[in-house]
Amino acid sequence: MKHEAIVIGVSSGGMSAMKVLFSLLPKDFNIPIIIVQHLNARSDGQWIQLLNNESNLHVKEADEKEAIVAGNIYIAPPNYHLMIEKDKTFSLTIDERFNYARPSIDVLFESAAEAYKNTLIGIVLTGANHDGANGIKRIKEYGGLAIVQDPKTAECAYMPASAIAAITPDYILPLKNIVALLLKIDNPKSESE
Amino acid sequence: MIHKDTSDIEISLLLEAIFQKYGYDFRQYSQAHIRRRLMNRMKMTGFEYISQMQSEVLNDELFASKLLQDLSITVTEMFRDPAFYKSLREKVIPILKTYPFIKIWHAGCATGEEAYSMAILLQEEGLYDRTTIYATDFNQLALNQAKEGIFSNKMIKEYSVNYQLSGGKDSFSSYYTSNYDNVIMNQSLKKNIVWANHNLVTDSVFAEVNLILCRNVLIYFDKDLQNKVQELFNNSLINGGVLCLGSKESLCYTDFQEEYIELDKYQRIYKKRY
Repeated sequence: MKHEAIVIGVSSGGMSAMKVLFSLLPKDFNIPIIIVQHLNARSDGQWIQLLNNESNLHVKEADEKEAIVAGNIYIAPPNYHLMIEKDKTFSLTIDERFNYARPSIDVLFESAAEAYKNTLIGIVLTGANHDGANGIKRIKEYGGLAIVQDPKTAECAYMPASAIAAITPDYILPLKNIVALLLKIDNPKSESE
Repeated sequence: MIHKDTSDIEISLLLEAIFQKYGYDFRQYSQAHIRRRLMNRMKMTGFEYISQMQSEVLNDELFASKLLQDLSITVTEMFRDPAFYKSLREKVIPILKTYPFIKIWHAGCATGEEAYSMAILLQEEGLYDRTTIYATDFNQLALNQAKEGIFSNKMIKEYSVNYQLSGGKDSFSSYYTSNYDNVIMNQSLKKNIVWANHNLVTDSVFAEVNLILCRNVLIYFDKDLQNKVQELFNNSLINGGVLCLGSKESLCYTDFQEEYIELDKYQRIYKKRY
């Protein structure tokens, strides 16, 4: 199975989780990554630049109508919902907050599931909200791969625990093992080398 | 042969039905957005298939009007994106001050919060008496609410912060009167606002204006429709007029990028070339 995209939902405790994730992914990682991180609506996006400095991949805010390509980590801009169209481009909306959040993880995950179907990987990380639980369920319904951070190892266990309550994930792993798994999925031969 | 998903076919037929029966054209809207709104309505009404909503929309005007409200986004705030209003004060007001009369088109004003914000800003800059604001939307219910100028007080604290951050010169509370759970905007703010029904997708130029604000509307449109609306804006603006888009919108994917210079790249404020 060729995986075409990874969507990640992360909330409280997300900044350090993303730092770990981004620093461990190599420059030639070949699957685009799209992230919703809950944050203050007045945030100015400076933190994206900080994360970019710590990453081998290019970290950027997702722009409306932008085509999704590998080599990039896209982050939803503050105060907009991020959606994926079937032609694999981004849409932004200012619809009502969902699960108290804009951007909402469920909104991204549900549209991504429609667009990528069984070639999608969904990941729910640390957080203090149940956002992402419905979205990861939809990803499973479309045959995608569901990965959840082991709540015992998450800074905030509530969000990964809510995802596990909603579905049976394919993997429940600590952050570092999630990265190892993604590397294996991206390059299946690497194991035998 | 490429098989479309059944739900995609159903959505496209439903949008065609809405257009043919009621004249509202959502066929070039963002698909992901339309799908999400339709699925919500479907779940609420207990239907199993989108095509069931098609016969409902054709035969039940009440249902049709509900669906129209679903597809029209009325989420807005007073002084949404304070940094934008600050830039408007600093970079656009000096241009407006050079005109004896000022016409402003607020396209897609929804429930009017940003039109009132503009009226406040113009009052503070001493320009409101010589200004007409055309505040337009295709959603008549939203326009009716905008005309009333009565808003829930739940958001007022947030709006006050926005107002202060935007460079407001007074106290925000001097612009409204509290009444139980609502606030009523001052009558003086309404006097030069013309509320009118106008559909960006199907209607044409109605005035020549000095300033157009259309923020967070075009994100819902596909590239072709964005381009068509930018043509409408270009034809409505005088030379040297100013165009303000939402903070995530740009002229990048349109034919009109060369027609403007950037007054504020980050806040998406553009000036039409002479």
